[in-house]
Amino acid sequence: MALTREQMAMRVAQELQDGFYVNLGIGIPTLVANYVPSNMEVMLQSENGLLGMGQFPTEEEIDADLINAGKQTVTVAKGASIFSSAESFAMIRGGHVDLTVLGAFEVDVHGNIASYMIPGKLIKGMGGAMDLVAGADNIIVTMTHASKHGESKLLSQCSLPLTGKGCIKKILTDLAYIEIIDGKFHLLEHAPGVEIEQIKALTAGELVVSEHVKEMNI
Amino acid sequence: MSGFNKVVASYQEALAGLEDNMTIIAGGFGLCGIPENLIQEIKRKGTKGLTVVSNNCGVDDFGLGVLLKDRQIEKIIASYVGENAEFERQMLSGELEVVLTPQGTLAEKMRAAGAGIPAFYTATGYGTPVGEGKEVRTFNDRNYILEESIKGDFAIVKAWKADTYGNLIYRKTARNFNPMAATAGKITVVEAEEIVPAGELDPDQIHTPGIYVDRLIQGTFEKRIEQRTIRHSGEQ
Repeated sequence: MALTREQMAMRVAQELQDGFYVNLGIGIPTLVANYVPSNMEVMLQSENGLLGMGQFPTEEEIDADLINAGKQTVTVAKGASIFSSAESFAMIRGGHVDLTVLGAFEVDVHGNIASYMIPGKLIKGMGGAMDLVAGADNIIVTMTHASKHGESKLLSQCSLPLTGKGCIKKILTDLAYIEIIDGKFHLLEHAPGVEIEQIKALTAGELVVSEHVKEMNI
Repeated sequence: MSGFNKVVASYQEALAGLEDNMTIIAGGFGLCGIPENLIQEIKRKGTKGLTVVSNNCGVDDFGLGVLLKDRQIEKIIASYVGENAEFERQMLSGELEVVLTPQGTLAEKMRAAGAGIPAFYTATGYGTPVGEGKEVRTFNDRNYILEESIKGDFAIVKAWKADTYGNLIYRKTARNFNPMAATAGKITVVEAEEIVPAGELDPDQIHTPGIYVDRLIQGTFEKRIEQRTIRHSGEQ
């Protein structure tokens, strides 16, 4: 069975470490915050200028001056700090964020990512995504393995305008956990109940399957 | 003699000298921390052909979106414009020129302009449409593109507290682009929720020193919320 959005978030959360500063993009990445292990301290960075993002506010706590990068009202967590956009992107571009999780339309074997524009169809802008992929070492892309029409999103060459070049190493899809090494996708784990043949069939870029592929522990 | 007193008497006076085809740098992220009354005054004045530099462009009936409706904006430099139907219509029909700019690059373009830096190298956007036509240099085996800073004829800024000398304090994430915008205007106009006499704010707590501020006015703010997300009491 393909993973649900929540299960994808759960698997990504296993990559968190105690003391990590983490930036979570909109969509599935946001759900990762719900699965931070209770024995761990993780601080969430929101690129509009907040380090230490808390949970959503109660009706009484709502404050128009306190939002996250998705423009949602939030609260601050213990030990939070607030700063300008320039300071926020100094953290991101300076490589100070330990883990970045973001969505994408396509990733290719060269580590290129396309996530911000579908020409003639969807033009909303890159927001902070280009800064995040250029500035971070440790990035996990979360996306479905294929489109609704069964077209692979793991390609030999991205077809859409790029968000970043050669910057992606890890991808968690609803079917598999994949690492990019030397211009090839390497299958690390498959989702429970998903056949490796199915993953192969839905991966357009070259996929290396070793004998060490594990079943995901969800 | 007004000395360092930056306070003006009206919104009309605050934006005196704003003319057609000028460049305006605006603080704010989404609808948070936007100079909403200064935007309304630009709408009232009917200034046209504007280039607007701002992270977003408001929504259809609030924030910078109100200037789109009256076709006052000719060009916008922004990182994310997804919340605005009129925006999309004008962009797709070619009536509006849009320069999509990565958020960190946008903040740095303002910061650099204010600090007298004409351009800077960044890895952000290399190898993407953003980097097309821009100079590339390699430092320590990594490729960077040259991005130019942006100065505004006017900068419009929203602060929480100000003193009469134009020292500013922002509140929570309403700070966002406002401190950089404040440094990047030939004329920087600030609207604040409260203005106190100079000497009343703690110098250690000032976010933007008054040297960057030319005009200051006290306003009342709607502070519209774009995504009202709540948890129920007891819920984690």
